[in-house]
Amino acid sequence: MAYTPHTPEDLAEMLAAVGVARVEELFETVPEANRLNRPLDIPASMNELELTRYASEIAGRNQSAGTEICFMGGGFYDHFIPALVDQLAGRSEFYTAYTPYQAEASQGTLQAIFEFQTLVAELTGMDLANASLYECATAVVEAAFLAMTTTGRLGRIVMSDAVHPEHRQTLATYLKNLDAELVVVPSVNQRTRPEDIAEALTDDTAAVVIQHPNFFGNLEDAESLVKLAQSKGALAIMSVDPISLGLLKNPGTYGADIVVAEGQSLGNILSFGGPSLGLFACRSEFMRKMPGRLVGETVDRKGKRCYTLTLQTREQHIRREKATSNICTNQGLMALRAAIYLADLGPGGFRQVAETSARQAHKAAARLAQIPGVERVLDGPFFREFVVRFEPTRKAAVVAKRARDQGVLAGIPLSDYYPDRPNDLLVAVTEKRTDSDIQALALALEVALASV
Amino acid sequence: MEPSGPPPLLFEQSRTGRKSSVLAATPEGSNPISSLIPDQFLADKPPSLPELDELSVVRHYVRLSQLNFAIDKNFYPLGSCTMKYNPKRNERIASLPGFASVHPYQPASSVQGLLEVLYELQNYLAEIAGLHAVSLQPAAGAHGELTALLVAAAHFRSIGEKRANVLVPDSAHGTNPSSAHIAGFDAVTVKSGANGLVDLEDLKAKLNDQTAVFMITNPNTAGLFDHQISTISSMLREKGALMYLDGANMNAILGVVRPGDMGADLMHYNPHKTFSGPHGGGGPGAGPIAVREHLAKFLPSPMVVKNGNGLYELDFDRPESIGRVRATFGNVGVLVRAWAYIRSQGPDGLKNISEMAVLNANYLLENLKDVYPVPMGDRCMHEFVASARAMSREKGVRAMDIGKRLLDYGFHAPTVYFPLIIAEALMIEPTESESKQTLDQFITAMRAIASESPEVLHAAPVTTPVDRPDEVQAAKNPVLRWRAN
Repeated sequence: MAYTPHTPEDLAEMLAAVGVARVEELFETVPEANRLNRPLDIPASMNELELTRYASEIAGRNQSAGTEICFMGGGFYDHFIPALVDQLAGRSEFYTAYTPYQAEASQGTLQAIFEFQTLVAELTGMDLANASLYECATAVVEAAFLAMTTTGRLGRIVMSDAVHPEHRQTLATYLKNLDAELVVVPSVNQRTRPEDIAEALTDDTAAVVIQHPNFFGNLEDAESLVKLAQSKGALAIMSVDPISLGLLKNPGTYGADIVVAEGQSLGNILSFGGPSLGLFACRSEFMRKMPGRLVGETVDRKGKRCYTLTLQTREQHIRREKATSNICTNQGLMALRAAIYLADLGPGGFRQVAETSARQAHKAAARLAQIPGVERVLDGPFFREFVVRFEPTRKAAVVAKRARDQGVLAGIPLSDYYPDRPNDLLVAVTEKRTDSDIQALALALEVALASV
Repeated sequence: MEPSGPPPLLFEQSRTGRKSSVLAATPEGSNPISSLIPDQFLADKPPSLPELDELSVVRHYVRLSQLNFAIDKNFYPLGSCTMKYNPKRNERIASLPGFASVHPYQPASSVQGLLEVLYELQNYLAEIAGLHAVSLQPAAGAHGELTALLVAAAHFRSIGEKRANVLVPDSAHGTNPSSAHIAGFDAVTVKSGANGLVDLEDLKAKLNDQTAVFMITNPNTAGLFDHQISTISSMLREKGALMYLDGANMNAILGVVRPGDMGADLMHYNPHKTFSGPHGGGGPGAGPIAVREHLAKFLPSPMVVKNGNGLYELDFDRPESIGRVRATFGNVGVLVRAWAYIRSQGPDGLKNISEMAVLNANYLLENLKDVYPVPMGDRCMHEFVASARAMSREKGVRAMDIGKRLLDYGFHAPTVYFPLIIAEALMIEPTESESKQTLDQFITAMRAIASESPEVLHAAPVTTPVDRPDEVQAAKNPVLRWRAN
């Protein structure tokens, strides 16, 4: 077999050393009754040339942000990734390293994570951040669990339907087994009304989850919502678009207790939504209850500054069933990419990404509103994502399909998540979208609407 | 020469006024941003990120990378972690724009190629498992465990039962009891016998009508195949309990024996172990789960299905599903690599992998057992656990000291102090990737270490960028971020 390095001579010597005639003898502890005794029913092996050709042909059948003009968002955005992110994060020494349990052999990864934790804390305005979670929906779950354990309130988590539908669905899955309730209050005009949240708050509410900008792209009254949650003894969990923090006030400013975010947009590829990056930051009082890995600064035996995984007594490999989370493998490489991305952009470059995205988004919103039969649903403050509504006979999913035929991924039809909104399309804009891309989107929608 | 230590932090290298050249500035004369977004929402200044020139960023990360051990330059005999070679072809395939640049909310009709890959992978994983249906959604092994336990809970709910307990052997990975707890169960420990296998008497004592699931790792963390597996399966069935197989050790049994054929009802895979996904310094992974037919309806949504016209769809219409366990479809980049790996290998290649992984482990065991006793016997599957207990007693040299000294010889340390059932454990898993020459070098190093003085071993490592960190201080006065003075 070409995929293992053993020569016939190696095999003979190794078998002799072990004292068996054939490799099969090493499996003698596997009872005969359990054995497969036939080849697996999967396709025959391919060499590298065959496989590469075959995979390229299959990949070529997909449309993507690489081939089309992408205005899709919902937490995942087609931002520009500077060349050095791929070059540096792709280095074997990062890419093929194990989890840094052996600190002496992993200082590169450990320092990079320590810097990542600092960058995320700076970005969110929070005291602390962990080394990453899987992605944002599970980060919301971890935040909710942390809120439940620290407040001792096990009854409910409250949020509005302007929180990402998949985050709500995910939390509901986890809460179902714990007899806790997820209370979702309707948004009004695509915003969360504090009075509606107030009505849902009970004495056993552990947390309110506030997404800002919300799933529809709109800015929430985060200040009031955070205060409201805390005034009832619940924690305020804010879910943010990390790019927005180049421009908008951070959650720390609003006094949030826990911050979560989908970090894909920080230097990570789309990859159909995974692997992406769950960001988790919080106030320092929750330090010993945080989920996931943490890297701390310390000194070695000679007094030299160094880094190590720390507070591991929170984690499953030490605490087993009493761990604060069951997470083990996280998204280390994606966190590294995010750190490199932020280091390269710096405060000015990062602000520019946010500002250009916001400016182009506002341009796009204005341009689309000029199209007959397209209505901007709400004319309030938004960051870089907004909803347009077509006439009642025009289904957004069909319009989007027609636009796709013209090379434009025009947005996310909200009917996928809100069946009562068949005519709404969620449009996202990044700094990559030029004026001519916006024009292409407008023309594609015009053609699509004419042909529906 | 003193090894060069860690470089200054990014923040310490920052100089006010250094700028990025990635994007054009907003043209002069543009309306102020506050004309678009009201002032009340805007920050006074951008976040305090470091200000660096591009070359400094490049040198910083290249230098950091050089402080790491990695598979591409070092042998990792890291038990339970299956640190095999990560084929470069898989990286290039996963980075094809048709995979890498697909937006998660594109409709199925625009991603037929990708869905075909995912559909095929579901089928391959079901066949390798000997089980009926597969969900690719979980993001890592622990997430797969948790998802499977939620599936189990849904199963019991559907038959009008609520069972409180999940049984976990004392040799299990820490994620098992932790996942059980988070899924709403109480984790109950089952003892291992002196032979390292499940103690059937203890299992019998703890198994009752409150047992929802027994989680077993087979081959287990001592590197032994638990041949009692069919008996265990019958005991569980008698009580209506399910058997879960932790697939961390699948690398030992591909194409030889299938979890479903051993009686497992549910299992997870670690594609970042068994199917060669790079570890990335701690992730990403993926944690697909496979289940028996009667549990398929509870799997998370969506699943990839093939309709009557030969088109692939994402099926959300699954009323008994536990729902979502994350946003989007899954860690697709990791899954595409697993698909490419399985297609490279084919049925013969996969079986060969397990055979060579087991041969490599036995070769090491045979050549080390006289100096590092292996309490659980003379044969193993893909890994074995040696014990430094005697060395610890005789010369005060602990498993950790041996691991640290190995770093000086250019080898990553084995997994130490796990599994918990073996004192001073050194858990060694070579994988099939390593050649006899590398194994021989490792044997030479291990044997040399066995005869080194305690002083040398306590002082190790001496060639790494830093010496052993003060873990106590790190945990007592945690410094988890840099702060400006």
